[in-house]
Order: sequence, then structure tokens, then C-alpha cells
Amino acid sequence: MEKLLLLGDEAIAQGALDAGMSGIYAYPGTPSTEITEYVQRNPEAIARNVHREWSANEKTAVEASIGMSYAGKRTMSCMKHVGLNVAADAYVNSALTGANGGMIVAVADDPSMHSSQNEQDSRFYGKFAMLPVLEPSNQQEAYDMAYYAFEISEKYAVPIMIRLTTRLAHSRAGVKRRKPLPEKDIKLPEDIHQFVLLPAIARRKYKGLLAMQTKFMEESIESPFNSYASGNDKSMGIIACGLAYNYLQENYADTPCPYPVLKVSQYPLPGNLVGKLAEECDNILVLEEGMPFVEEMLKGFFEGPHKIKGRLDGTVPRDGELNPNIVRLALGLPDLTGKPVPEVVAKRPPSLCLGCPHIDSFKALKEVLKEYGDGHVFSDIGCYTLGALPPFKAINSCVDMGASITMAKGAADAGLFPSIAVIGDSTFSHSGITGLLDAANENSNVIIMILDNHTTAMTGGQTSPGDGKIEDICKAVGVHEDHIRIINPLSRNHEEFLKLLKEELDYEGVSVIIPRRECIQTLTKKNKGRLK
Amino acid sequence: MKNNIILAGVGGQGILTIATIIGYAALDSDLQLKQSEVHGMSQRGGDVQSHLRISDKQIFSDLIPYGKADIIASVEPMESLRYLPYLSDEGWLITNTKPYVNIPNYPEIEKVLAEIKKLPRHILIDADVIAKDMGAPRAMNMIMLGAIASLMDDIPYDKFQKGIKYVFERKGEKIVDINMKAMDKGKEIAAEKTK
Repeated sequence: MEKLLLLGDEAIAQGALDAGMSGIYAYPGTPSTEITEYVQRNPEAIARNVHREWSANEKTAVEASIGMSYAGKRTMSCMKHVGLNVAADAYVNSALTGANGGMIVAVADDPSMHSSQNEQDSRFYGKFAMLPVLEPSNQQEAYDMAYYAFEISEKYAVPIMIRLTTRLAHSRAGVKRRKPLPEKDIKLPEDIHQFVLLPAIARRKYKGLLAMQTKFMEESIESPFNSYASGNDKSMGIIACGLAYNYLQENYADTPCPYPVLKVSQYPLPGNLVGKLAEECDNILVLEEGMPFVEEMLKGFFEGPHKIKGRLDGTVPRDGELNPNIVRLALGLPDLTGKPVPEVVAKRPPSLCLGCPHIDSFKALKEVLKEYGDGHVFSDIGCYTLGALPPFKAINSCVDMGASITMAKGAADAGLFPSIAVIGDSTFSHSGITGLLDAANENSNVIIMILDNHTTAMTGGQTSPGDGKIEDICKAVGVHEDHIRIINPLSRNHEEFLKLLKEELDYEGVSVIIPRRECIQTLTKKNKGRLK
Repeated sequence: MKNNIILAGVGGQGILTIATIIGYAALDSDLQLKQSEVHGMSQRGGDVQSHLRISDKQIFSDLIPYGKADIIASVEPMESLRYLPYLSDEGWLITNTKPYVNIPNYPEIEKVLAEIKKLPRHILIDADVIAKDMGAPRAMNMIMLGAIASLMDDIPYDKFQKGIKYVFERKGEKIVDINMKAMDKGKEIAAEKTK
């Protein structure tokens, strides 16, 4: 069968397509974006007309995916770890409704926070929802798991999570394809109440979910992705989860690992295999990418007969992603680190691009706020978050998608003046609209700057869900049209920008200012396309 | 076999193009490949790296372990030093000498070069100037590719040439030709310096 060179993200996408997926739903978010992008440009997906448009946010994505599953077709939603917070209501309740057509929730975690505000571990959500979770250790498994996930999703009529982390998401390797399966036909659930979570039905469904837990455990024990390898040195047993298994193998590429190893790529934890390891070995080392999820379960509250080593006892650093060196040191192997980084090397943080429209917006904002001092600007998640760094130092918050508007409102409620929100057009469509409704309903004294560059820029220029509708949305939620102001953020318009800001500072109520100019990255790409 | 390469630079300098061509050449030589990339926030003018692992055996980790890089190849001098802990004792550091200054505290270039010159195996190439002299200012990264190719004995040179064709074909024969010549030049310079 054909072999493809794929990112971990792309391998999941190709696997899902080959397994007969009819629709993918997602909002962009590093490191998950490339799953959906792969489907969007895949000729077979286009020919089959697989649903592949971006959703407004992760919650609408998962809900639409539940809808497609309801209709009997195979479907996947994708998001970054913090996106699952947004979609948590849909995901956790989908454990009770269950699935009809096979349903995958693919979540890419970002330990070490390369492009994120935290490093939460999505396996906790899987446990919370009491649903199986798959965690690939390499690209081939990522591909195969998409196939497998649809099968067990339909076997037990529940959604299945595939959890991966940054390094696998963004690393390429050869992947062997399988025989493609046809898409499913529409077929409604046999029980017409399956998706109706009225308390009386939900209680019945919950008992069903509880009863399935032993089945999920049995699946984990039989899983082709979990395995037990014996070793002669029983002083230590190793549990290696997901990508950590790869790093373990790297350190024993030339000589076989002397310790018994339990590879875990499917949860719930395969109980009897953990038991076997505990029985055979004196101590247990847990290697897992992300938080000490397995380690905490093993450790519990009381001291047991085994010493459990991992992130909690300092054998592995408590935070940050794993790598082959960290695993090497945890195994007690000699350190191979080369020369240290010379002191002369300076940090090079990311920065706004030359010609970025946000630069002009921050310049104007900084100047107008000079007389009020620092601390008045609530911002959000996107390229403009870089406005926190020098030379701008223009923003004072970044919490979660949409929080700029609601925080500005709360601070204004507390009496802060001026209270200003800075949010991008895509983030506004994702989670800013409801917050603006709150502010408009109370006519809060805030200025909401919606930096409109017509794209979801930080993740690489995807469609912005509210593009072309921003003013209409603001009007519709109750912002007065005289206080919806648009400006082209160019240095030649700087004075006009200042004037406009001052006028809106003088207005007591909700003002929306929309600095609108296309993202320099998407513009450059377009121009290159024209020249070709 | 030189099989672990760290490509370094600043977001937007085109290291992924180098990675793609080496990857193509490796696959075309029936070798195994893993290539990790940087996506997301760092691409906006921050430091970026790509780990390339090529082998005739199975490759496990997507990341190169510390002390196991055979080559660090950088399109920017300071960035080449950021990955020194990865470089093996026998490893080569190849870098373009033209600084990319987008931070206020960029060190004096002499100090950066002095650190590089401390290494027993290094190749300094003024790739921007050479590319400009060739009338192909945007082919700087292909000059660097040529230097890398000169150290990769396990992959025949024509596989790299095929890789360039594969990447630039849709831009026309002229572009392919310019990039091909830039790679030749890089190879020639590196061969001279490693004599």
C-alpha cells in the first residue's frame, strides 16, 4: 500500500478520511490546525465533498460533529487543548448522548506552551467524561488510530478522544495507508431518545455509561496499541505513555531495554497490565507527556509497597514537554549533552511582522492612553497578544478567547476608566459576541477595539468566521451605530486614529473601534499568487 | 552516516524549504526520515528550528537527543549557537554569517563569530552576499543547502538536485536553474573549507 510523508496531525486526518469520515469540524489552534487544513486541501476529500469548513469555535465544532454522528455518519472534531475547555460542555455531555455514527474528538496538547497559555492535559477530560482516550506514540499509530477509533466508537456508541502533543503533531514521518472504506449512509439512531438528555433519560444513560467502564477497560487490555514487554532487570518497571514510549525506545535503540515496559496508548489504564508490572517490579517509573496523570493514579494518597517515580518525585521535571534527554536522565543513563549555549546568544521572542496593522493600532492606543497611565487595556488571544512585549508593552491581560471584552466590562463595572478591550476579528467571532451583548445590555463604559485583519492570523491565515459581518454583529447586539467606528490603521492615518479614540473616550457607553487592514502575511501570499 | 541535522534560523527565513529538499532526497534514496517543524507563534520572527533525522534503520524520537546532532546548519549566525548542546563531539556547525537583527540586544557579530570559531569543525559562509553576487538574492538558503549536501555522503548529490526540481518546478525552469546553481556554489565552498 502507498506510503505518505505526513505530520502527526496529517496522519490523523488521512486515517479518518480513509476510514470513511464524512465531515470534520474545527476552529484553528496550534498544534491542531494542520488536521483540518490537510482535509481542506486533500483532493479525495474535495472530490467526496467531505465537510471541511472552519467552525466559529470549538463548541460549535463538537456540537456539529455530534449532529453528524446523530445522522449516522463518521465525523471528527479537532482542537487544541484549551479549545477543549470551550467545547467541554459538548464533549462531556456527548459521553451521555453517546454517538451513532463513529465520532472522534482529536485534541492536540501543547506541553511547554510553545503557542499556548497553559499546558493542561486532555487525558483528564477523557477520564472526567469517562470515555476512552487514544494517545499515539508515532505517526503510523496516529493514522491507524483514526481507523480504530471509528470502530470502537461505533461498537460502544460513544465518542473517542485521540490525544496528541506538539512534537508528534508537527513532525513528519512515513505512514502506510490502508484500504479506504466508503462513507456511511444516513441512519438515524435506533433509540429516538438517545440524544435527549432529560433528567430521567440522562440518569438511565449515565448508568449505561457506568456499566460500560469495565468494557472500556477490557478494550484497553486487548488494545493493539497497549503492550507489555518483559525485561530481566526487575528493580524497575516502566510505564511509557504515548510519545514518551518513543523517547524510551530512542534511548535503547542499540541495546534492548533491561526493564519490563508497559506501553500505554489507550485509556482507561489497562488495569491488569499495570498490576502485572507492579507484581514483577520493585519500583515503577512513569514517563508521560503532559501532567502526571497516570503517576497520580498509581501513587494515590497512601504510601504503597512500590516507589513511584516520575514528575511528582522530581525524577522527571514537573512541567514542560519530555524529550529524549529528560527520559535518558530519568533512566539513569549517562548525560550526552554537548557544549552549553554560549552567553552571547540572546533570546529572540516572536514579534509582530514588519508592516503588521496591529503595530499602528498599538501606537495610537499607547499615545492616547499616556495621560491615564498604564493598566487600562484588556487583550485577547492572537498575534496582538505580542503587544505585551517591548517595544509596545501595550496590553495588560490575556486569559482566554473572548475575555478581553468581558474583563473590560467587569473592570468598568468596578469603576476603572478608561477600560479598553483589544480583540482580533476571528477571536471576536469565536467568543467575543456574547460578551459584547452583556456590555451593550448595560451600556458599560468601555471601548472595544476589534482589530480586523480579515483572517485568523496567528495560526497561519485561516478564514475568520465573522469576516465581513463585524459591524452588523455589533449593531445587532445593541451597540449604537454612531459609536461603531472604522479606521484604516496606516501611519498616515495616525492623527485621525488619535482623534477617533479621543472622541470615543469622551463617550460614556459602549464604543466599538474597528481598525481594519489586511494581515501582511495573507496579503503577501495573495500578491505572490498573483505574480505567478 | 551523518543522519541528525538541526536546521536553525528565524521565522520566515525559509528553513522549511531546506528541510523539504533534504527530506525529499532522503526518501528518494530509500532512507527513513523524521522531520519535526515549528508551527504557530514562534514563526512570527522568533527563533525556529527543524530536526531532521535520516537513517537506514528505524527512527524513534522525532527530536534529536542532546549530543547526537551530526550537523547544525543555520541561516543566521547567532541562531547556530543556540543548539550547541545538541552537537556531537564530531559534529559540524555550518552557518550563514549575515546576522538577522530584529531584537534590540543583538550581540556584536564579532563575538558571535568568535564563539563559532572555537568549534573544531565549523564552516562560515557569507551566503547572502554570495547569493546576491550570483544575481539570486533569495537563493541564500540553497547555498546553505549545498554546504549541507557536501557533508551528507550517504545521499547522492543528484537526489538533492531532484529535490530542488520537485520544490521549485511550478515556478519555472529559470528559478529551478538559479537554485540549482546556488546549491552547487554552496557545495563547492563547503568542499573547499572541509578539505
